[in-house]
Amino acid sequence: MKTYVIQRLVIALLTLLGMSVVIFTLLRLAPGDIVDILFSTAGYVSQDEKTAIMKELGIDRPYWVQYFDWLRQILTGDLGKSYRYDQPAWQIIRPLVPVTLELAALSTLFAVLIGVPSGVISAVRQDTTLDYLLRVFSLAGLSMPAFWLGMVIILGLVTWFAWIPPLSYVSPFQDAKLHAVQFLLPSLAVGYRSSALIMRITRSSLLEVMREDYIRTAWAKGQTGRVVIWRHALKNAMLPVVTVIGIEFAFLIGGLVVTETVFNLPGVARFLVQAILWRDYPIVQNLVMFIAIVVILSNLLVDMLYGVLDPRVRYGG
Amino acid sequence: MRFARKKPLGAAGGFLMLLMLLTALFAEVLQTHDPIATDATATLAGVSAEHWLGTDHLGRDIYSRIVHGARVSLVVGVASTLLGSVLGGIIGLLSGYIGGTTDLVTQRVLDILQGLPLLVLALVMSAALGPAVHNVIVAISIPIIPRAARVIRSSVLSIREMQYIEAARSLGVRHLRIAFRHILPNTIGPFIVLCTAQLGSAILVEATLSFLGLGVPEPYPSWGRMLSVSAAEYAQKAPHLVMFPGIAISLAVFGSNLLGDALRDTLDPRLRGS
Repeated sequence: MKTYVIQRLVIALLTLLGMSVVIFTLLRLAPGDIVDILFSTAGYVSQDEKTAIMKELGIDRPYWVQYFDWLRQILTGDLGKSYRYDQPAWQIIRPLVPVTLELAALSTLFAVLIGVPSGVISAVRQDTTLDYLLRVFSLAGLSMPAFWLGMVIILGLVTWFAWIPPLSYVSPFQDAKLHAVQFLLPSLAVGYRSSALIMRITRSSLLEVMREDYIRTAWAKGQTGRVVIWRHALKNAMLPVVTVIGIEFAFLIGGLVVTETVFNLPGVARFLVQAILWRDYPIVQNLVMFIAIVVILSNLLVDMLYGVLDPRVRYGG
Repeated sequence: MRFARKKPLGAAGGFLMLLMLLTALFAEVLQTHDPIATDATATLAGVSAEHWLGTDHLGRDIYSRIVHGARVSLVVGVASTLLGSVLGGIIGLLSGYIGGTTDLVTQRVLDILQGLPLLVLALVMSAALGPAVHNVIVAISIPIIPRAARVIRSSVLSIREMQYIEAARSLGVRHLRIAFRHILPNTIGPFIVLCTAQLGSAILVEATLSFLGLGVPEPYPSWGRMLSVSAAEYAQKAPHLVMFPGIAISLAVFGSNLLGDALRDTLDPRLRGS
């Protein structure tokens, strides 16, 4: 187990290192650098000033120096300075993290609450009308753009309940109830979308397990359907489901990017979009790296969970 | 026909995709107005005989814009899916065929690309490349590459061990020829499945990028951008601005997802249910 964990950690670190190269290179593809962009918004500025700013920002140095400097910054926890705000990036990002975490947690909760039961029902009632309906329902969730679903929810509330969700962020200490409502709606929109994958994998995995011998034994013992399905079958069918929930995390962040924008929630994902639109590259670079770290850590965690959930999976070493 | 009877959902998906294809092909015939012509006298008009699906804040006809949007959506969706799948397919083919260290290194590099959320990668790419149709296509195709490479590689791995490959090799056929002439044609099943499955998400990503203002630029009417300009400001006054383009996107993606599922079950039974 120990060797396996170390092995996985080394691979994760190497992947992150590779990812940093990819992110760094991608952002250098951009036509024109930040100085050009700053200058085009400020109007005419002299060449001397331009060189001075380039020097100040450190982008007059060769790429590889800039890259290693960035790596050093990440390792020391220094996320650099935002061009737009002229503030340390971490100061801007820190208050945004809880918002996104809360949304991500609630969305995952909804995804599981919708996905697992509908997957189980669909598997138990395989090839019935109910199965078809549930599959269409979940595929529909996968087909609707997350931002549109959010817009329709807001529109529905306004039209039928004459109620507009708060347009700016409400802190839970200010008004706990309003805060809950404000977060429930976008999480429901994102969760519904993510539930589709969970539903599908639950369905197929349960169908497979239901054909096993020990399930037939359980039936033969005269146990009720509910006990067989929920106690015996689902327990073993959950393994792939857990993996998908882990992989889903990357998918979830994609959903949050637009949902936070539509619901005007000050989270990391919305901020990433704004930073991209403003071409605030140090922020974009660090945020994407941050997302990559979170995704890789969550995948690592899922792999570790495997051993806990399924004693048959013994890690070599 | 037998496909339609056995897979009613897949047939429905196929029908939706066919509808979209025909709309995209005959957009000029189907339109009732010029999709980019503005009309100051008829802004935010509701559904009527003159404007079937109403007009937007500039008085542009929503129906005609949706019809032309199908073309943009399909062109970007199909082009990026094909580009990503072909590039990924070649990488998967070579990596799976050569094996060894090359395969190992390629897999790790693909891990890196796949570790980033599809949308985030596409967002950064399209921002870096700048707003133009071909850049959007490239931006959406990059995240597809690792997914395509995985699928093709795994089918190459099983085909590589077949006896007819051994036979070809013992006849002295060169490696590249074996890879492209003998193995490649047999991966066509998984390849088609892969393409239909990715088409839906490519259409969705295009809509999302355009919604955020990083996708297909003006004057092309894109479904995603129709939602962005209309969205917040006019939604209450004219809900049709939000409803119709969104329904169009959802139906297109829904269609390709349904078709993809059915094709996967038919062409590639090993992946059934996954």
